[in-house]
Amino acid sequence: MPTLHIRNARLLDPSQRLDRSGDLFVRDGKIVAYEAPAEPCDVVIDARDKIVTPGLIDMHVHLREPGQEEDETIATGTRAALAGGFTSIACVADTDPPIDTEADVQFVQHQARRADNCNVYVIACVSKQRQGKELAELGQLAAVGVVGFSDDDAPIENPELLRRAFEYSLMFDKPILNHAEVRELAHGGVMHEGLVSLVLGLPGMPSSAENVMVSRDIALAESTGGRLHLMHISTRGSVDLTRHAKQRGVRVTAEVCPHNFALTDESLYTFDANFKTNPPLRHQKHVDACIEALVDGTIDAIASDHSPLASEKKTCELDQAPFGAAGLETTLGLVVTKLIEPGHLTWSQAIEKLTINPARILGLANKGTLAIGADADITIIDPAAEWTVDPRGWQSKSSNTPFAGWKLRGKAAATIVGGRVKWTAES
Amino acid sequence: MTSEPVLSPRYPGNWTRRHLLDVESLSADEITTILDTAESLKQATDGCRKKLALLAGKTCANLFFENSTRTRTSFSLAARRLGADTLDFSSSGSSLSKGETFVDTAKNIEAMGVDIVVTRHRTPGTPHLLAQNISCAVVNAGDGAHSHPTQGLLDILTIRQKRGRIEGLTVALVGDITHSRTARSNIWGLQKLGAHVIVCGPSTLVSRRWEELGVEVAHNLDDIVPRCDVMNLLRIQFERQSTRPFPSVREYALLYGMNRQRMARAKDDILILAPGPINRGVEITPDVADGPHSAILEQVTNGVAVRMAVLWLAAGARDAGS
Repeated sequence: MPTLHIRNARLLDPSQRLDRSGDLFVRDGKIVAYEAPAEPCDVVIDARDKIVTPGLIDMHVHLREPGQEEDETIATGTRAALAGGFTSIACVADTDPPIDTEADVQFVQHQARRADNCNVYVIACVSKQRQGKELAELGQLAAVGVVGFSDDDAPIENPELLRRAFEYSLMFDKPILNHAEVRELAHGGVMHEGLVSLVLGLPGMPSSAENVMVSRDIALAESTGGRLHLMHISTRGSVDLTRHAKQRGVRVTAEVCPHNFALTDESLYTFDANFKTNPPLRHQKHVDACIEALVDGTIDAIASDHSPLASEKKTCELDQAPFGAAGLETTLGLVVTKLIEPGHLTWSQAIEKLTINPARILGLANKGTLAIGADADITIIDPAAEWTVDPRGWQSKSSNTPFAGWKLRGKAAATIVGGRVKWTAES
Repeated sequence: MTSEPVLSPRYPGNWTRRHLLDVESLSADEITTILDTAESLKQATDGCRKKLALLAGKTCANLFFENSTRTRTSFSLAARRLGADTLDFSSSGSSLSKGETFVDTAKNIEAMGVDIVVTRHRTPGTPHLLAQNISCAVVNAGDGAHSHPTQGLLDILTIRQKRGRIEGLTVALVGDITHSRTARSNIWGLQKLGAHVIVCGPSTLVSRRWEELGVEVAHNLDDIVPRCDVMNLLRIQFERQSTRPFPSVREYALLYGMNRQRMARAKDDILILAPGPINRGVEITPDVADGPHSAILEQVTNGVAVRMAVLWLAAGARDAGS
């Protein structure tokens, strides 16, 4: 394996509270030293004016394969991840068939190896076929390396099942990830319930639909000692519940999506289905609450919830269009433009939520850090790069983005996986 | 019926809008222009009975994805009164269920040489998406609970004819506001022309949030009856409700039905409107619906007048290339 020398770097690694200029030396796929190597390296990258961080981790990605290859495949999705600066992603189980057996997991792992882009970790089903009735074989799934359990956008409705899942998964030390939404309250909704939905006559999804289930999930995690990860929270209520739970010592973590800190429900005045996401784009007060929670650490991770959808699925009536936005290739730019540049987060705080925090939540050893001996997953970020979101040039198979035409700052200049340069901005 | 015009109304030189998608985006001047044009066309057609040739050679397609009888008929009649050819395309349910997107359906209709598409759809915003995708003039004939601009405009025209003005009047919209495109169209139009608007109904169907738009919110009909100059009694939209927002129709009728007792406490010159179809005995009792204060059938005639105006204005703007 070629040796790699990154020189003139600003090394930024929140896992070690590291932020200094220096060099990085990589050998055999591992980070070996922070100074220039004695011998000449096979690959030398000059990272002047760039920020060198641990490889970014997106802990919530829909890869769509198997079953919805018209939207994305494991090969295209992982390529999109590289273009977005991600060296590792965790994919969720809402495929067809759902990922609820060892064979399903191994299929994804196999396709990811064949694609040979970024690392792919699997979040498998909590319940068989995501039906919310019986537990999937969590032990067998853990044995083949899944990093957590989630029925994804089929919220676990039965509290008894969730309780058992918390208790049982304790044996494997894996988190249960839940999409918090009470279906009866959000039923038929296409956007956040508020003044905008009232004006547009569109059925709304009230913030209480999320808050009620977050509250229940926290109560069950607290009583069982289980590990709860709240996927894409989006309301002031969820944020407050999570903050208080953490103060009590409940084992709860949370993520937020870029569109939930960068957009509001007013986007729906366009009636454009690219703004139809779940959780929905919410009122500014909820956006502000999410940003506050990012600042004070209540929200641990930023995840794209990359939800690629073929264009014909989105160019239809708003109530017919499925929820979701493709996000792998815009997340870093949105973090820089909407969180770092306005001064909400420092670079260190922001990178922490894209590296070591998701690595800890999912238990990814030697990931999310530039520590000596760690896997040489590295993202070189050009913090000053100005670019315009144009999904026509994307690596993802889909182009459903609410940010088309946006001018963003901050982009991956190079994405290095296991010591090999897998992506450069010029490629 | 004669095809000879009585007198030829003048096309307003300041009109540039090719689509009529909602009332929200119209200015007060534009609303007034539509109302004035509707009145002149109503006169020129002798109360919407005679025929003009203002749209001769044009084709007007009704592209209805949701059931409708009266609105579709009214638009068809309006188009024919102005000499246009009409074409009906109805498809209940989603076009998607047939494997074709509604945009493709509309493009097919357009390719047949249609000038104006009048469309109704159960989903808000569908006419707006059509307008972005086809070059015909698009007229919204109702998109879900969002907007039904010609209904709002014909209600306002009826009020103006009966009361001579809109400014300063107190107009109550009573009933299922949440699911009503008629309410949304009336609220914007009436406010822009200076009326005070009250929305009244059960708290599950009348959100307090309307106050943020300067609308008065009431849940007790008896409290507001004496103050109203106009009451517009909306139908309960059972088909748009997922769970019933009040315990029974009986309770609704008792709390919000306009009846003789409530009429006795109203102003002497109160004007009663209902967009129809009306449910006799629910939101309105027969004696009120058929009584001297009711303008329900004049609304229907004005509907043809407003739709003639809207079709003519839209076609003219399209010809002018705007």
